[in-house]
Amino acid sequence: MKLWRVPLDAGHVKVTRGIVHVIEDRCKGCGYCIEYCPTHILGFSKHYNKKGYHPPQILNPDGCVHCRYCEIICPEFAIYSVEAPKPDTQPEE
Amino acid sequence: MESAKKGKTQSKQPPRHPLDDWLRTDRMPHIWCPGCGIGTAFSACLSAMAATGLPKENFVMVSGIGCSARGAGYANVDSYHTTHGRAIPFATGLKLANPDLNVVVFSGDGDLFAIGGNHFIHAARRNVDLTVVCVNNYNYGMTGGQVAATTPHLAKTTTTPRGNPENPFNIPLLAFAAGAAYVARWTMLHARDLMDSIEEALKKPGFSFIEVLSPCPINYGRRNKEKALDTLHIYQEQTIIKNGAHPAELEGRQDGKIVLGKFWDVAKPSCNELYEKTCRPDFGKDHAA
Amino acid sequence: MEPAVLTGTHYMTGDEACAEGALAAGCLFFGGYPITPATEVAERMAERLPGVGGVFIQMEDEIAAMASIAGASCAGVKSMTSTSGPGFSLMMENLGLAIVTETPCVVVNVQRAGPSTGLPTQGAQGDMYQARWGSHGHYEIIALAPASAQDIFYQTIRAFNLSEKYRTPVLVMTDEVIGHMSERVVIPRAEEITVFNRPRAKGRKDRFKPFEPGPLGVPPMAIAGEGYNIHVTGLTHDERGYPVMSVDCQREMMARLIGKIQNNLDDIIEVEGYLLDDAEIVLISYGVSARTSRAAADEAREMGCKVGFLRLATVWPFPEKHIRELAQRVKGFITVEINFGQIHREVERAVQGKAPCFLAGHCGGTVISPDAVLDIIRREF
Ligand SMILES: Cc1ncc(C[n+]2csc(CCOP(=O)(O)OP(=O)(O)O)c2C)c(N)n1
Ligand code: SF4
Ligand code: SF4
Ligand code: SF4
Ligand SMILES: [Mg+2]
Repeated sequence: MKLWRVPLDAGHVKVTRGIVHVIEDRCKGCGYCIEYCPTHILGFSKHYNKKGYHPPQILNPDGCVHCRYCEIICPEFAIYSVEAPKPDTQPEE
Repeated sequence: MESAKKGKTQSKQPPRHPLDDWLRTDRMPHIWCPGCGIGTAFSACLSAMAATGLPKENFVMVSGIGCSARGAGYANVDSYHTTHGRAIPFATGLKLANPDLNVVVFSGDGDLFAIGGNHFIHAARRNVDLTVVCVNNYNYGMTGGQVAATTPHLAKTTTTPRGNPENPFNIPLLAFAAGAAYVARWTMLHARDLMDSIEEALKKPGFSFIEVLSPCPINYGRRNKEKALDTLHIYQEQTIIKNGAHPAELEGRQDGKIVLGKFWDVAKPSCNELYEKTCRPDFGKDHAA
Repeated sequence: MEPAVLTGTHYMTGDEACAEGALAAGCLFFGGYPITPATEVAERMAERLPGVGGVFIQMEDEIAAMASIAGASCAGVKSMTSTSGPGFSLMMENLGLAIVTETPCVVVNVQRAGPSTGLPTQGAQGDMYQARWGSHGHYEIIALAPASAQDIFYQTIRAFNLSEKYRTPVLVMTDEVIGHMSERVVIPRAEEITVFNRPRAKGRKDRFKPFEPGPLGVPPMAIAGEGYNIHVTGLTHDERGYPVMSVDCQREMMARLIGKIQNNLDDIIEVEGYLLDDAEIVLISYGVSARTSRAAADEAREMGCKVGFLRLATVWPFPEKHIRELAQRVKGFITVEINFGQIHREVERAVQGKAPCFLAGHCGGTVISPDAVLDIIRREF
């Protein structure tokens, strides 16, 4: 639908949010996701996974913009992001 | 609503990575070392395969021998882990015997350009419809870090303890000169460009070649004072994207930078097409081989 | 479309008959590299394959040729290559790959005198041990040795059939003399030729294990593109095809690879006896030397010596049982072959000292004359 005026909350809804998942036991702790997350919301966790590495943890879940760079840079298929349901939009039915 | 709490990373469902369908998940974690870039290059390759929307069962991955060549073993498609240097002629046999297959060769620089160099240039010359992804980590990772045909001059490896006295191949130039239809170079850090490039190459008939610069922190990095993240910083800071740059201008660095991009992309009839036209023009498409 | 089976009576060389045998067996892919005296096989295939819907490709070397036929076979197409000594040497690594990945294919070696470049245009039988052990590691191999142009037609079909049935490369060990000799070749009607195709995968795709043995110890084969998502590797692997770096896995895999040949020897081994019933001296030979032996046996009979002859149409696996049986009742053996005693050693091993064994052999470059055999008979018996 073509909008004839910009909604007041445009800036707010435009930002896609993501939910990050870590498959901890696949992680080898290289830190690439942490280093290259554009919003710097990831950090090493304190605990060890099965293989003895510190998997990343999400320091600021609300900061994820679902760019998926962590997912594509991770050499281990250990982290990915899914799009968060938009808080401001109601289901259609 | 699913939510990721601070400090917690697990949801109730066992998490499923978007590429799990394309991965042999029962073989995860893979053998690649922490910080090795092969996994990222491989991930980009699988994403590209998925992104083409082509039927999954038509994809075949063929590898030679080496760390990179373990790729075939992790791709959840028909996959062949062959002998050192011989992925391309094996793949040539597959493709000529069944032109419906989308054959991806995923292998290392040593495999494709030292022991397998002759096969590479001939497959490019014939324009065999293959997509060849070369993980270039500047050395022989699997055997412990020996000099390769891609090792920079003066770099240290176990067999060049005084520094490499030789010069490396400019492999995009080699691919171009030998007749490849598509030539690109990225680093694993440029994962999105890499993915797009591989996807484009997969959809393109003929011989496509993509070089992926990738860290081998364990064997190359260690001897050349590059930690894994240092290598990534080099990829970030010392590269420049010049699509369409002539492959002859890619020798070494330009203004201190490694040139990345899609260098060559031309349409020309593939090996299969030329065979049909030249040798069995009356045969039509419904053939057995 | 041209006919794959050229039914009729022809006058052709052994190399040409070899190509015709391959086509009659259903070969649709040839990857090769020219080398005397095997080039004519490739030339014939280049001419004929497109017409029957197949593909011929001249690869950049024999390493690539061998790799390409393994690849083509994995795509479900019967494939072959032909070569001679130097090229055979280059094929060895990928021959091993085909063995361990159970990839059917046929390799023809038209032998010439070696070592190295040797006598390119002159025959020999010096690659028989290379055929047996040329690739690294311990394995079983099937090698057939045709003795005429007609026989090479037949043995090439048999090579394809055995390779399909047992999912293994099969070697056709012929030689320059047979390869270049023109003879009458009768090609039967297609319906009269038995053609065997590999056992194929069926059933649920998600549960299929590509190396789970079926009948005869041979796993049904999934073809690339069928949707089984198989993994195939030259590393030691389990039934799923996954690499497993353990002694247990190696033991299990090796037992099956060796077992599928060793447990089916009666099916694989073909020998031909000549005047053996009352024979006191038995000539053992194969390939072109079988012709020498037959002539020598006839001449010896004229001299009043009870000489018989056993031709090994299958050389590997070695027909040990047949020779062991003969050793119980004969006075001696003479192996006739164009080398300094390769099969001769195998004969000695099978005879286990029960009778004396002699060799009529030489350096290669020419056939062995029947006189050389008769001399041994006169001298030793
Ligand atoms: C015929 C043969 N020669 C040597 C080897 C040993 N070998 C295994 S991998 C390898 C080098 C691999 O280097 P590359 O292709 O660059 O792969 P990487 O491990 O760096 O990813 C060598 C020499 C072999 N397997 N086969
Ligand atoms: S999706 Fe992007 S923003 Fe979200 S965690 Fe990953 S890299 Fe950071
Ligand atoms: S990039 Fe992957 S392997 Fe590396 S730390 Fe992040 S999750 Fe772990
Ligand atoms: S040795 Fe190097 S190339 Fe091989 S897995 Fe380790 S880091 Fe990667
Ligand atoms: Mg390498």
